[in-house]
Amino acid sequence: MQNQVLTTTYDKIVNWARRSALWPMQFGLACCAIEMMAVLDPRHDMSRFGAEVFRASPRQSDLMIVAGTVTEKMAPIVRRLWDQMPEPKWAIAMGACATCGGPYRTYAVTQGVDRVIPVDVYVPGCPPRPEALLWGLLHLQRKIDRMRTKPGPEAVRQVVGETA
Amino acid sequence: MTDEPKGPSTAPEGAGAEEDEAARARREALEKAQAAKAAAEAAKPPWERDAATPEWSDAAGDPLVAALAEEHPGALEQARRFAGDLVLDLSLDGLRAVVTSLKEHHDYTLLVDICGADYPEREPRFDVVYHLRRVADAAVVRLHVKTDEATEVPSLTPVFRGANWPEREVYDMFGVHFADHPDMTRILMWEGFNGHPLRKDFPVEGVDTGSAIYPEFYEKGEGPVEKAGTGWLVKEEEGDG
Amino acid sequence: MIDEPKITTEPDRLFSSEEEEMELNFGPQHPSTHGVLRLKLRVDGERVVECYPIIGYLHRGTEKLFELHPFFQNVPHTDRMDYVAAATNNLAYVGAVEKLVGLTVPPRARYIRTILSELQRISSHLVWLATHAIDIGAMTPFFYCFREREMILDLFEQYCGARLTLNCMRPGGQPYDLPVGWVDRCREFVALFPGRVDEYEELLTENRIWKRRTVGVGVLPPEVALDYGVTGPMLRASGVAMDLRKDAPYEAYDEVDFEIAVRENGDTYDRYLVRVEEMRQANRIVAQCLDRLPEGPIMAKRPRVLKAPQNSEAYFAIEGPKGELGFYLVGDGTPQPWRCHVRPPSFMNLQSLPELAEGHLIADLVALIGTTDIVLGEVDR
Repeated sequence: MQNQVLTTTYDKIVNWARRSALWPMQFGLACCAIEMMAVLDPRHDMSRFGAEVFRASPRQSDLMIVAGTVTEKMAPIVRRLWDQMPEPKWAIAMGACATCGGPYRTYAVTQGVDRVIPVDVYVPGCPPRPEALLWGLLHLQRKIDRMRTKPGPEAVRQVVGETA
Repeated sequence: MTDEPKGPSTAPEGAGAEEDEAARARREALEKAQAAKAAAEAAKPPWERDAATPEWSDAAGDPLVAALAEEHPGALEQARRFAGDLVLDLSLDGLRAVVTSLKEHHDYTLLVDICGADYPEREPRFDVVYHLRRVADAAVVRLHVKTDEATEVPSLTPVFRGANWPEREVYDMFGVHFADHPDMTRILMWEGFNGHPLRKDFPVEGVDTGSAIYPEFYEKGEGPVEKAGTGWLVKEEEGDG
Repeated sequence: MIDEPKITTEPDRLFSSEEEEMELNFGPQHPSTHGVLRLKLRVDGERVVECYPIIGYLHRGTEKLFELHPFFQNVPHTDRMDYVAAATNNLAYVGAVEKLVGLTVPPRARYIRTILSELQRISSHLVWLATHAIDIGAMTPFFYCFREREMILDLFEQYCGARLTLNCMRPGGQPYDLPVGWVDRCREFVALFPGRVDEYEELLTENRIWKRRTVGVGVLPPEVALDYGVTGPMLRASGVAMDLRKDAPYEAYDEVDFEIAVRENGDTYDRYLVRVEEMRQANRIVAQCLDRLPEGPIMAKRPRVLKAPQNSEAYFAIEGPKGELGFYLVGDGTPQPWRCHVRPPSFMNLQSLPELAEGHLIADLVALIGTTDIVLGEVDR
């Protein structure tokens, strides 16, 4: 029992830290990128949710907001960037094109970015309003809150008293 | 209503004379109504009338056309106007000469656009369309050349440096080759893509042209649209059947 | 005629072990590329020796989709090309359809279209200024510009329901009339906007760092610009006073008073000044249109199913915020266009980038990408 309570508290703290300071990667592909920029503007202000720091490098970010159409030519690059992001990492598919190809059922468009990366939250819209992206972000934050670490690292076991 | 003299009537005499007068009165009333309607229609502003469909008209008399025909006999196959645009049909051999002439002698110094069009029922099937603009009065001239897959079109890159990318795009989308182009490679589709998307026989959803960007993840015959699910994660290993 | 172009794609040509040059890939994911643009650079230290743009990462097959839908259904597709300036895309497309079919637009609709286009021009230039400044390192204009942009987007939302991809015009006129109170709200914006432009200018125009980063960077001579097909603010900053709103007026532009901004030097600083002046002039146009807005119908009489005449073609171009945006339509007697080609201003403007970038530092390259004001949705379609 003691074990589980401590890991739960540990989880709570870790999840709170992770969700309150999500660092998105600048990955605006198309029109949704403009609405993503609009989420940063003074009216919608994403920084109140901690996700203001858009990193240019995938190695320093933990959230990939795929904003825009993923074309077949771009998809290997999306995959490579996803692979370059360190764990834990999440992905939001913003907009209709990233969710399912959107209005573009054509030869050059990947029908949804979930064909190349695992997506956590889908935000529908064409483009979704900035408030919708904020909803998506908050939804992701609730999802992160539900994450659980397994009875895990050596440090936790030591604290709990199982090992010396 | 004016009194019209009664001319000779073709109706039989006698009992038919009364009908004849009634018929004429009806016809006159009808004509008057039609004339009034046409006048009212003409008095209406153009957005309340039916659309004024443009028509092709011959433009051989245009001074520019006359000058070009004189400088380059045989290059100009046809000169027409449609909806206010001057449209010239050129032969492949005369293309570069006419464009150089337009740029240097007639001040059409801005290359607006080069595009292609596919008319599969026509022989030769492709049309390459050039638009040039004159800076002084913003006049546009449109040039057409006809070509097919096997015939090369002389490239305009020696005349206009800005012809480079649009010609690459025409090659990419239609398969039309341009002679003397410095970099005849695909520009919008990925390297190794087979097929020319804007041709009428290429389906919108795409086909496996043998060069899908992830050939190891798409089955034969499936383009990006056909394959359902996550192409990266679902694909089974070789030998799994 | 001209020198042989140096840029090739042969691998051995791009990397030579004798020199100290390095091949660098800039993009397609990069904060300053304004979308998915990839530049293959050959650099000697910090200096760019050769620059080869690779595009197509946002090619979505829009022109193919145009051929499938009837004319009015293609209007939303046009929004998504130059996604920063959707109203001008709509205008170019519906103008081309009207030219093809022979429709005349009622005056009230023409004025509404002019107002929407100019508001969209201001909005596009605000995004340009915000991103250009933030690439160069000035973060504050981003927040200022987006604050005004939100006001414009509110106006658009009240008119047609959408902020970004507007779908606010139809062949033949306007789908909706201006809502009650819209003209007053627009007047409020028009009244406060010049003061805001003064704020941006106060931050940037006489700023020593801004001037060091932009003056003399990327000089584009006018003959070279015309040769490449460059239009719009880039051309006007090089001294060529060409603006389709004055030279080939459409909608209500021949009935309003405004000036075109022209500069001589053709460097990044001049392009910045031209665009800022365009914002002021656009504001002036909107103010005049609001005062002179005529009453009347907003849609021309058109058939239930709009068909192009058999064997018809038309090219119609407008002065978009980025340059000449044109549509070449071919009609075949059916409700769908046989061919609809977009003449994207960013595509032609981007072609001149290698020439502008040679000899400059990589940091200047970032400024140059910003100053060409490209939108990859338009470049790739």
